[in-house]
Amino acid sequence: MNKIFEKGGKLYWLHSTVDAFETFLAVPGTVAKKGAHVRDAVDLKRIMIIAVISAVPAAIFGMWNVGFQHSLATGLDMNILQEFWYGFLKVLPLFVVAYAVGLAIEFASAQIRGEEVNEGYLVSGFFIPLIVPVDVPLWMLAVAVAFAVIFGKEVFGGTGMNIWNPALLTRAFLFFSYPSQMSGSSTWISLRGAETVDGFTGATPLALVADGGMDGLINTTAQYGTSFWTMFWGGIPGSVGETSVIAILLGAAILLWTGVASWKIMVSEVLGLLAVAGLANLAGLSDLPCFYHLVMGGFAFGAVFMATDPVTSAQTEAGKWIYGFLVGALCVIIRLFNPGYAEGMMLAILLGNTFAPLIDHCVTSVHTGKRNKIAKA
Amino acid sequence: MSKTIVLKKGLELPITGSAEKRLSKTLLSDVVAVQPSDFKGLLPRLLVKEGDAVLAGSPVFSDKKNPDILITAPASGTVKAIVRGEKRKLLAVLIQTDPEQKYAPFEAKLPAEAEDVKKALLQSGLWPWLVQRPYGIIADPALTPKAIFVSAFNSTPGAADADFAFEGEIPAIQAGIDALAKIAEVHVSFNAKTYENSPLARLNATKHFFEGKCPAGNVGVQISHISPIHKDETVWTISLQGLAAVGKLFLKGRYDVRRMVAVSGPMAIQPAYVSALPGTPMTALKAFYSTNEDIVRIVSGDVLSGKTVGVEGYLGYFDNTVTLIKEGTEPEPFGWAMPLRWKQYSTDHCYFSWLTPWRKYDMDTNLHGGPRAFVMSDQYYAKVLPMDIYPLYLIKACLAGDIEKMEKFGIYEVLPEDLAVCEFVDPSKNYIQDIIAQGIDLMLKEMA
Repeated sequence: MNKIFEKGGKLYWLHSTVDAFETFLAVPGTVAKKGAHVRDAVDLKRIMIIAVISAVPAAIFGMWNVGFQHSLATGLDMNILQEFWYGFLKVLPLFVVAYAVGLAIEFASAQIRGEEVNEGYLVSGFFIPLIVPVDVPLWMLAVAVAFAVIFGKEVFGGTGMNIWNPALLTRAFLFFSYPSQMSGSSTWISLRGAETVDGFTGATPLALVADGGMDGLINTTAQYGTSFWTMFWGGIPGSVGETSVIAILLGAAILLWTGVASWKIMVSEVLGLLAVAGLANLAGLSDLPCFYHLVMGGFAFGAVFMATDPVTSAQTEAGKWIYGFLVGALCVIIRLFNPGYAEGMMLAILLGNTFAPLIDHCVTSVHTGKRNKIAKA
Repeated sequence: MSKTIVLKKGLELPITGSAEKRLSKTLLSDVVAVQPSDFKGLLPRLLVKEGDAVLAGSPVFSDKKNPDILITAPASGTVKAIVRGEKRKLLAVLIQTDPEQKYAPFEAKLPAEAEDVKKALLQSGLWPWLVQRPYGIIADPALTPKAIFVSAFNSTPGAADADFAFEGEIPAIQAGIDALAKIAEVHVSFNAKTYENSPLARLNATKHFFEGKCPAGNVGVQISHISPIHKDETVWTISLQGLAAVGKLFLKGRYDVRRMVAVSGPMAIQPAYVSALPGTPMTALKAFYSTNEDIVRIVSGDVLSGKTVGVEGYLGYFDNTVTLIKEGTEPEPFGWAMPLRWKQYSTDHCYFSWLTPWRKYDMDTNLHGGPRAFVMSDQYYAKVLPMDIYPLYLIKACLAGDIEKMEKFGIYEVLPEDLAVCEFVDPSKNYIQDIIAQGIDLMLKEMA
């Protein structure tokens, strides 16, 4: 690094930024000063980039689906490339805004703290465009990202210290601050005032179920298909990256192969969801078969990419089972009993994040209690 | 053979340069150094001055807090220099060695009483070999420990192989065990895999058997499975090297701390064993690194927890390994972004080296990343640490200086070296051993 960027140099205020770019281009020649003289080749940059790569299938599918839903809604005849290109142009600005605003705040905060820039936001910035409605006004997105990064992360001390998942905080901020723009018939399909086909509905399958139960889903005249398999492969309206369970499962495979995300959390989320949704079926509270919840709304995306964030999820192994089950269960509970809003995964994960430290505290206390008992015996 | 304790967690560190099992030479350097920094918690009071003649076993300094604890000269000769640092801190006493070694006379007889054993060890300067846990300090002679633990194998790659290094010392080690057994029961832990063919199998003591990867050979890990340390308990540990020295004291009446030292590591030229005294200058080992002097890091101790001493440094008092490893000061373009990094080793599945477990790597000292806050969850660290603790919680408690949490999460059971594997795998590149050492220092201060 040039001397003017070092402490005392004229451009020291750019230190963290220059360092971030340098270490981005090459692993620096820093050596272990003390302790173990050799270190594992892995670093957080590698782990974070794997998380980003795992979400790429969902992102690419999402871009195409934006165009596909647009063509269904407007009756325009578009081929698959045109659909993808339409979606790409719609989604790209979301990526640009999410990264520009978030990274600017990250770089500034790192400089203020005198630390190196943490790569955690590379992941958050990639996830944010995938979990918001495609037509969200860019200024709103910018405000939401700024809120989430500053008050959700930096005030706690940056990546590794935050309590809630920053990407989900962005989404939560949007939904509670601008409810009028975030609901209504055209939120989930890119229209921007275009003419729609006869019988058009902008409602997602979850909204259809919330209004009319299983009948609402089957007897709908929506321009898109509402069968289980359509929802599974993802040709339905929704947030950009959340609709295709297949693309998300591809990402899950990468995350599990590399061990970046915990399989325990994913499995227990599914169990939690099926348990509560199954109970609701038995009690007659809902006529939607419990496994439909797996492919609807944001459950799959949240379960694979958001709830498994190692910073905000439970830390202990037993805690991960409890945490995942809680998230899955809360998701269905919110879906079934919240009258205002059809989806529950976002709030379920944020609540799970909130409870994670408490879960861990209980797990470690039980463990210590057992050990002390053995000691006394 | 009693039941084998199988440790599933751990880490096989595939590093090149293990020492070949042959003695390449016997060293008696012109100068040997006695360094107070080798003894944790010791405040030295100097007992010699420049020009004094010393015998092997003559006191050089004592502990200010407990004047009975003596540190004695490893070789006979004359005090050549007393090296001091800032604020006149004593760094080393240099002894010009005699060509013919002379030994201070001690009684060559196994004492009948525990108190006499203690006295003989204190007078001869062998007492500091007894390490007290919790905290890893020099044992307090006034205490009687719950038990004394010995590890009869080393699981860190490149470290001296116990079967080879102590093959000729079995009678001395047995005498050492017999002497210490008068103080407390001596537990010796063996490597279950090599026990059948090990010369150490001839030893007579309370035996335990372990099977597992690094750090299964750490005595701290073994204690946590045999009899975990709780608050208000003390145990002592001693190395095989220490037992051999104790045995020779009672068998021959000599203070003899000469040892087989493994010179290993990826930078070592024809890595092998040498016979040397503690305090031997690293210049005496020049043949092992002569062609790479400007890029080598010289470590007294093993690659995971040894101390960087450099060309000007000396072999540590307790060490029987010297590791020679390359300083990784070259940047690696696009390193983290390359799909494959063929020459780098990682346990993490984000790379592919876990698919080729037979390969060994020329590791260097590069950190492979910048320091970050902890991001990965506890399991990332726990999966390489075969102990019943939550390592990340303990590390964070030490960082916060929270005594209650440190107690809760097992500070009594660990020394920094036990968490060296966690430090190796940490993608956030924190100095975990240093964090634990600071936690232990805080405990010592608060509990005093």
